[in-house]
Amino acid sequence: MPRMTMIQAVRDAMDVAMGRDERVVVYGEDVGYFGGVFRATQGLQEKYGRHRCFDAPISESGIVGTAIGMAANGMRPCVEIQFADYMYPAYDQITQEAARIRYRSNADFTCPMVIRMPTGGGIFGGQTHSQSPEALFTHVAGQKVVVPCTPYDAKGLLIAAIEDPDPVIFLEPKRLYNGPFDGHYERPVTGWGKHPDGEVPEGYYTVPLGQAAVRREGREVTILAYGTMVHVALAAAEDTGIDAEVIDLRTLLPYDLEAITASVRKTGRCVILHEATLTSGFGAELAALVAEHCFYHLEAPIRRVAGWDTPYPHAQEWDYFPGPVRVGEALKQTMEA
Amino acid sequence: MTEPLSLHVPEPEVRPGGEPDFSGVKIAPAGEVDRPPVDVDPAEIRDKAFSIIRVLNRGGEAVGPWAGLLSDEDLVEGLRHMMLLRALDARMVIAQRQGKTSFYIQHLGEEAVSTAFRKVLRQGDMNFATYRQAGLLIADDYPLEVMINQIYANSEDPLKGRQLPTLYSVREKGFFTLSGNLATQFPQAVGWAMASAIKGETNIAAGWIGDGSTAESDFHAGLVFASTFKAPVILNVVNNQWAISTFQGIARGGVGTFAARGLGYGIPSLRVDGNDYLAVYAVGQWAAERARRNLGPTLIEYVTYRAGAHSTSDDPSAYRPKEESAAWPLGDPVIRLKAHLIVRGVWSEDRHAQLEAEMRDTVIAAQKAAEANGTMHSDNRPSARDMFEGVYAEMPPHLRRQRQESGV
Repeated sequence: MPRMTMIQAVRDAMDVAMGRDERVVVYGEDVGYFGGVFRATQGLQEKYGRHRCFDAPISESGIVGTAIGMAANGMRPCVEIQFADYMYPAYDQITQEAARIRYRSNADFTCPMVIRMPTGGGIFGGQTHSQSPEALFTHVAGQKVVVPCTPYDAKGLLIAAIEDPDPVIFLEPKRLYNGPFDGHYERPVTGWGKHPDGEVPEGYYTVPLGQAAVRREGREVTILAYGTMVHVALAAAEDTGIDAEVIDLRTLLPYDLEAITASVRKTGRCVILHEATLTSGFGAELAALVAEHCFYHLEAPIRRVAGWDTPYPHAQEWDYFPGPVRVGEALKQTMEA
Repeated sequence: MTEPLSLHVPEPEVRPGGEPDFSGVKIAPAGEVDRPPVDVDPAEIRDKAFSIIRVLNRGGEAVGPWAGLLSDEDLVEGLRHMMLLRALDARMVIAQRQGKTSFYIQHLGEEAVSTAFRKVLRQGDMNFATYRQAGLLIADDYPLEVMINQIYANSEDPLKGRQLPTLYSVREKGFFTLSGNLATQFPQAVGWAMASAIKGETNIAAGWIGDGSTAESDFHAGLVFASTFKAPVILNVVNNQWAISTFQGIARGGVGTFAARGLGYGIPSLRVDGNDYLAVYAVGQWAAERARRNLGPTLIEYVTYRAGAHSTSDDPSAYRPKEESAAWPLGDPVIRLKAHLIVRGVWSEDRHAQLEAEMRDTVIAAQKAAEANGTMHSDNRPSARDMFEGVYAEMPPHLRRQRQESGV
């Protein structure tokens, strides 16, 4: 089976989707001729022509706004916001328009589109190249929110997202683009070429939206994570020797409640991880769900390990990023409780 | 010594209690503005953004190069559309006062803009309207009863009671779902038009925006994308002088006209008498032909006046003279078209009075039919189950749980 980085997998997903369905168009800033600042769209313009893959003006609300109009006219736009940190000018179009068009028109119009956004930190990106704004999307009814953590999932989920009849926010952890990252910044990073999840089938396949994956089976504690933090969770289990079950949510909205509750009811303990800031982050929703549905199975308070409630700093990258040491501490405390 | 700076805050000429004064509004005589070929270089018609294209003169005659496009039948039909919209508005404002609906937005004085424009579009074209272009539906024979069902949020409301009154959605009539968020539909119209071009179809789009909303960033985004991709779209700015209580000078600032905004984007921009049915049609047709011939977008500023309150929740006497609409130099679109038809010899005061009564009766009949399906505070409303449907194509588990929890 071929091996791909997450970037290659994302590109391959768009290639496959564009090849299968001429309604799929891809555009965004630097997406066309240049192939994207992360190379995620490299070669697509050459292969499919300028009318299928093209550069857009630097206007996030323009990109998303025009994509909504295209979707209404029967296209399947898969547009890119260069960094999730720059989605805010499009927030009105995303949350008040794309997410609501089916509902407000009683399906007279729909909005099948994908908005790809590189997300997350761990790359010395500072305040506007590191944010994880997923909670600003999961709070909005009518759209789906997806965060892959492997090349295999990235391709399968992106194809599923492009085929989905509703708008999907597709957050790509840019720290994982070239290789898995477990938060051990002091160690050299191995690329996806040597990782089992770097094996990506050629051609068409999908990973269904709304389904979590068990990344590590365990008996002692459940870790709920997504994106880069899945790899941090695996490292923390390894480092501490605690037999944690690592659940990769993959889709945050709609979330996979069954997978979450099945695991926590088995282990009786739950630690929730995300890079995004703590207060009102998606972890709060997960903690509430676990408390509601697994209360009588819990043997310890639910813990959340998240980014601090500060803007994402530059020099203090590793003091901010919730790495395996912090996660390990939380696991130990949860086991001792 | 340097003088201290001071902030410039534009003010309308007149406030309540003052004498209405439109002496500052420059109005070209009818027939004066030439009609360029549709493939004209935009740079050659920059003057059109500062003048006003008008067809009907003070004597009710159609004059100049933009005249002569519509038959007697077309014009009588146009008059009928405008009067039907006006009659609907009048009844719905009363219905709101009677508690049959929570809210209404009327078009008084702006009826020509949307009804005449509708006639330049074809089946398959798409409007991305604001809440003040219901004339697009009226002029396309959309059933009044269905409009009133939506306004009443009753059991037959096509939008299942989810939307505020007047925020229609009618795909089969080329009327995109209305949003409460201003200006968002402007880039959407451009995207719809881009898709038409990508697919190699022949349909075009029309974006709509008011004078106040041109200040929104999506106005700019729409113009940039339309300009860059030469989208087959008509970008309509309805300048009715007022954005709720804010006079148009606040949005317009130092620029001469709203049409002039288009020039910086290289988009041919026309300014038209919005109360002149013939002029609106002529200019819309020019822009539609440009779009259909793949020559790119056109921006049109319709100069008109919001004669009524902003909405049923607004009282204009708090911020502008009560008599201001009567002083508006471009008059009333219905009266002007009526005068023209009389001059043409195909209309009379009697027939006009008859039509007025007929339109009122048509609306009353539709209103009665809609009331049989319920009103805002009656029992036959859309069900609470409808509230949970249609958020997604398929209801996700968390929503199913919430619907169960709600007991419906």
